[in-house]
Amino acid sequence: MTTTTERAVGQPHRRVEGPDKVTGAARYAAEYQVGDDLAYGWVVQSPVARGTLTAVAVDPLVEADDVLAVLWHGNAPRLGKADDPELAVLQNDRISYRGQAVALVVARTLEAAREAAASLQLAIDAEPHDTVLRADHPDLYTPEKVNPDFPSESSTGDVDAAFAGAAVRVDVTYRTPALHNSPMEPHATTALWAGDDLVLYDSNQHPPGIAATVGALFDLPAARVHVITEHVGGGFGSKGTARPNAVLAAMGAKVTGRPVRLALPRQALFSMVGHRTPTIQQIRLGATADGKLTAVDHQAVGHTSRLFEFAEQTAVSTRHMYEAPAVRTGHRLARLDMPTPRWMRAPGEAPGMLALECAMDELAGSLELDPVELRVRNTGFDSYRKCLGLGADRFGWHDRDPRPRRRREGDWWIGTGVAGATYPAMIQPSSARARRQPDGDVEVSIAAADLGTGARTVLTQIAADALGLPYDRVRVRIGDSTLPQASVAGGSSGTASWGWAVTGACRALRESGGLDEATFDSTALVEKLNQEGKHAFGAHFAEVRVDAVTGEVRVSRLYGMYAAGRILNPRTARSQFIGGMIMGMGMALHEESVLDPAMGTWVTHDFAEYHVPVHADVESIEAEWLDDPDEGLNPMGSKGIGEIGIVGSPAAILNAIHHATGIRVRDLPARLDKLLPSL
Amino acid sequence: MKTFTYRTATSLDEGLEPGATFLAGGTNLVDLMKLGVATPDVLVDVTKLPLDEVSDRPDGGLRIGAGVRNSDLAVHPRVRQDYPVLSQALLAGASGQLRNMATTAGNLLQRTRCRYFMDATMPCNKHEPGSGCPAQEGDHRNLAILGGSPSCIATHPSDMAVALTALDAVVQTDRRSLALGDLYVLPGSTPEQETVLSHGELITSVDLPDPRGKSAYRKVRDRASYAFAVGSVAAVLRVDDGTVADVRLAFGAVAPKPWRAYRAEEALRGRPATRSSFLEAADAELAAATPLRDNAYKITLIRNLVASVLEGLA
Amino acid sequence: MDLRVNGEPHSLDLDPRTTLLDALREHMGLTGAKKGCDHGQCGACTVLLDGRRVNSCLILAVTLDGASVTTIEGLSHPVQEAFLEHDGFQCGYCTPGQICSAVGMLAEADGASLPDAEIRERMSGNLCRCGAYPNIVAAIREVAAR
Repeated sequence: MTTTTERAVGQPHRRVEGPDKVTGAARYAAEYQVGDDLAYGWVVQSPVARGTLTAVAVDPLVEADDVLAVLWHGNAPRLGKADDPELAVLQNDRISYRGQAVALVVARTLEAAREAAASLQLAIDAEPHDTVLRADHPDLYTPEKVNPDFPSESSTGDVDAAFAGAAVRVDVTYRTPALHNSPMEPHATTALWAGDDLVLYDSNQHPPGIAATVGALFDLPAARVHVITEHVGGGFGSKGTARPNAVLAAMGAKVTGRPVRLALPRQALFSMVGHRTPTIQQIRLGATADGKLTAVDHQAVGHTSRLFEFAEQTAVSTRHMYEAPAVRTGHRLARLDMPTPRWMRAPGEAPGMLALECAMDELAGSLELDPVELRVRNTGFDSYRKCLGLGADRFGWHDRDPRPRRRREGDWWIGTGVAGATYPAMIQPSSARARRQPDGDVEVSIAAADLGTGARTVLTQIAADALGLPYDRVRVRIGDSTLPQASVAGGSSGTASWGWAVTGACRALRESGGLDEATFDSTALVEKLNQEGKHAFGAHFAEVRVDAVTGEVRVSRLYGMYAAGRILNPRTARSQFIGGMIMGMGMALHEESVLDPAMGTWVTHDFAEYHVPVHADVESIEAEWLDDPDEGLNPMGSKGIGEIGIVGSPAAILNAIHHATGIRVRDLPARLDKLLPSL
Repeated sequence: MKTFTYRTATSLDEGLEPGATFLAGGTNLVDLMKLGVATPDVLVDVTKLPLDEVSDRPDGGLRIGAGVRNSDLAVHPRVRQDYPVLSQALLAGASGQLRNMATTAGNLLQRTRCRYFMDATMPCNKHEPGSGCPAQEGDHRNLAILGGSPSCIATHPSDMAVALTALDAVVQTDRRSLALGDLYVLPGSTPEQETVLSHGELITSVDLPDPRGKSAYRKVRDRASYAFAVGSVAAVLRVDDGTVADVRLAFGAVAPKPWRAYRAEEALRGRPATRSSFLEAADAELAAATPLRDNAYKITLIRNLVASVLEGLA
Repeated sequence: MDLRVNGEPHSLDLDPRTTLLDALREHMGLTGAKKGCDHGQCGACTVLLDGRRVNSCLILAVTLDGASVTTIEGLSHPVQEAFLEHDGFQCGYCTPGQICSAVGMLAEADGASLPDAEIRERMSGNLCRCGAYPNIVAAIREVAAR
C-alpha cells in the first residue's frame, strides 16, 4: 500500500522547540543543574590596552571563605597550542587590548566570585597604545587574503583611465563604526570534568568545532570533549568559534575539581567575544551619461589586532554585484591594540554593501536616473533584476518624486530609498544519521546548533520528505558534539549543509531495504560542487521620516524582496529576513561602539549605551521572496537566508534619509546630531 | 558587589549610620553597586515606610510621597489632568518594568549616565576627586553644555525631575523644605557632591503648587524608546490675549541638573506668544552654553524644542 | 526570608547581595527568567512581582520578604500560544521576559484599546536581538483584541 504524505518542506511549521521556549523549559548553557558543588567563575579584565601584567595580589580578607581559586598567568595550568591566540588565556604576561582576560576567580557563590574579582590588585606595566583606525594610518598593510579565503585585491580593466574618462563620476568615502553582535544570551559555559573527559554546556554555533578547539588546549582528542548546546540565545557570528569563556570554565573546573559555571557579564562581551571592525571605504564610480557603469573602485580599510589577523572581506561583494569593464577592489588593515574583530552577521557584505549601495544612490542622483533603474541597467543577474522590479511594485516605489527634500507632512520630512543585497550561497561538508525507532518513527541526528534560525524545525521538514514520512513522525536531535559531525551555523550555510547530510542519511535509510540505521557524509559531494558565482540576491526598500525639529529618524516602512533559493519554511524564513532587516536598521540608525582613544577602548559597553532597535523603532516591516529554487546547489534547492537581510537594508535607510532631507550621511550611524545642523 | 548589611527603616527620621545608604526602588543603586561604582556598607530599605501616597494639598496642589512608584504617579488622575508635563515625562522614562520599581525620590537622586562615571575602571572626579575627567577630551556627545566645569560635565538623566523643575516643585525632607532647584548643586570643583542633602537626610515627599497653565514635556533620544534623553524640554505656559502671562521652562540632558531656564522665562513674560519670541527666549538661555567638540548640536536641539513645545501650548 | 514563587512558598537564606533573578536561577532552579544584561537594560529577566512586571535583576531578594513572584514557569496565558502561532521569537532567550512583560502590560492597560504603536511603546523595555518585534506585536495584538 502506498500512502501519500504531504510534503513538509515549504509548509509554515511552527518551531519544534517553541513550546519549551514559551514556558521557560528550554535550557541554555548556564542553566544546567550539574551537582551540589557547582562553583562560579568571574573573569578579571585588563584595565589597560597594552602592557604587561607583572603580578596579581589577592586581598586575603575579601570573600576568604568562598574563593576557591584565583588564576592568572603566574599559576594557571599550561594549555596546549591554540590556533586562535585569544584562547591561550592566562598563559603569558602580555596585554594586547583593554578588556582582555588576565585572571579568573572561582568561588562558591556568584556574589563572592564577582566581588573577589573586583578586589584583585593587578600590577601592570602599561605602555602607550594605538587604537584609532585612520585611512592614513602609517602601518596600513595589505593582507594576503581576506575572509574566508579571497585575494585581498582584484582588478579587471583600467579603472583609473575608465574613471577619469567617465561622463559622470562619484568619489565618496563611507565610514562604519565598530559594531557588536550583542546576542541576548551572553556567552556562557558550564564545565565539568568526568575523569579525564571534559563536558561543556556551552553557548556556541558549532559544537564539534568547540570540542576540537578546547580539546586541543587541554591535550584531549575532540571525542573526549562533550559539548552540549541544546539552545543558543543568539550568536550572529560571535559564537562561531570557542571564546575564552569555554577555556576559562574548563580551566577553573580542572583546578577546583568542581563544575564551574562562567557566564560572561554583558559588559565583557564588548571586548572578549569579538566585534565587526570599523571600516573606512572609498568608492569611486564612473558611468556613461545613460547610466552604464564604466569604472568601479572600492578600497576598504579596517583593523585587526596584535594577536592575529582577521581580515573582513568588505569589498568582495563589489567584485560581482554590478557589471563594469573596469572593477578594482582592495583591502588594507592596521594592527591596533584592540580586540581581534570577528564574524558579525554578513561579515564583509554588511559594511561593504552599505558603501556601494549608497554610492550607487549618489550616482543615480548625479545621473538624474531612477535608482532602481540604475541598478537594473548594471546587473547581469536576472534574479536581482526581478527583486528590484517586483520589490519596487510591491513597495509602491514609483509614486515618488525623485527630487530630495520635497515631501513634508507637518514636522516630518519623508523620503524613500532602495538598495540591493547579495550574499554567497555556501555549503560545507556535514554528516548525519537516521535511525528507525521501535514505533516506526525516525530519529535524525546531527551535531548542528539552532541559534534561533529554525534549524531544528527545517531539518525535521527536510528529513520527513526524504523519508517519505509525515512531519510528526520524525525527531531531530542536534546541539551535541557527539552526534555526527556538522559544519558551523554560520555564513548562512547551516540549512544547506546540514540539510544535504540529513537528506542523504534519510534517503539511505529509506532505500536500505529495512536497515535500522543509515548515515551519510556529504564531504565528497560538497568538495566536488562548484560554489563559485552562487549568490542570493535581494532588494530593500525603506520609507523614512525625519523630524525637522529634532532630527529624529523613524523608519515608517521597510520592505525586502529576496531571491534566496527554495524557501523551506515560510514562517521561520520570514522571521530570519525581517530579523536581519531590523539589525540593518540598528546599523543604519543606532549602533556604534564609541572609542575613547585615550582610554584605548570603547566606552559603550552595555545595552543602555550600545543601542539596538527596540519595539518602538520597528513599525511596518515585511519580507517577501521569489520562487527561486536552485536545484543544482543542494538537494533542497535552498540558499542561506540568515544574513542577507542586514545586507543593503542600512543603505536603503540612508538613501531614504537623503531623499527625505537632502542630507547625505556618510558616517554611520545616522543619528540626529548629524542631521540636525542641516535640517 | 561589595557586601553590606541590610535593614529596613522603621521611622522617617532615624537617619543613617556612617557608610549607609537608603535603598528604594533600587533601579539605579543596585545597578551601580554591581558595577562597583556605589559601595555602601549598609543598605537601609525605605520602601516599607508609609511614603507611597499621592494626596491633594489645601492650596490646590499635590503632595507626592517619596516612595510612590513612577508608574503609579504617571497614571494618577490628578497628575494626568492637572500636570500633564509630569505624566508625559514619567512615561517617557525607562521602561514599564523600571517605572514599576522606581520611586519619586529615587528618580530625583539617580546618578549621571556619563560613561566614565558608570565604569569603575575609568578615571572620574566623582569616583575619586582629582582623578580627572576623561569626558572633556573623550566621549561627551551626550554631556553638558550648561552648568558644567572642567572637573565634570555629567548630565542629570532624569525626565521626571525636569518636569518637576518646571512645575516649581518643593522637596520635603525629614528636616526641611527645599525648592527642587535648590536640591542640586553644580559640579564646580567638587563634582562628587551632587545635592545639598546631609548624610541620612531622607526625602519624604515632593509638593506641587496648584496648576498654573498648560504644560507639556518633549523628550528626544537616540532611539524611539527605552533610552535616556539627548535633550528634553518641560514647559508650563499661560497665555492671555496672545501674550505670555506666565511661563516656566526646564531643560533635560544638557546640564548636571535639571536646568531651569530663568533667562528664557524672563525674556518671554509679557511678550507675544509667537514663534519668534520663543526662539529669542531660547537664545537668551543658550547664550551661556559652552559646548565641546561633539555636543554643540544640543544647542540647536533645545532651541528647536523650546519653540516647538511652546507653540504647541500657546 | 519567605517568598511565594508561582504559588509555592519558599524559605530562603540568601546572601544580601543576591538578586531576585539569581535567587530564581541559582537557588530555586527556575531558569526561565533570563540574564541578558543584569542591569535593567534588556528586560530578559522580567517577572511579575505581586502582579506587576519588574526587572528581577535589579531587585535584591532580601527586600522581598512576604512577596509573591510569578515567573514564566508559573504562567499559563494565551500570549504563550499566540507567540507560537506568530513566531514571536527566534533564539528564545528574550522570550520569557517578553511574555511576562506582555502579561503585565495587558493588566496595566486594563482593557484599554492598544493600537500597535501603543503596544510597541509599552513593550520597549524588552529587547529582542533576533528582531522578532513585529511577530511579538502581532501575538500581543491578537490576545489584546479578545
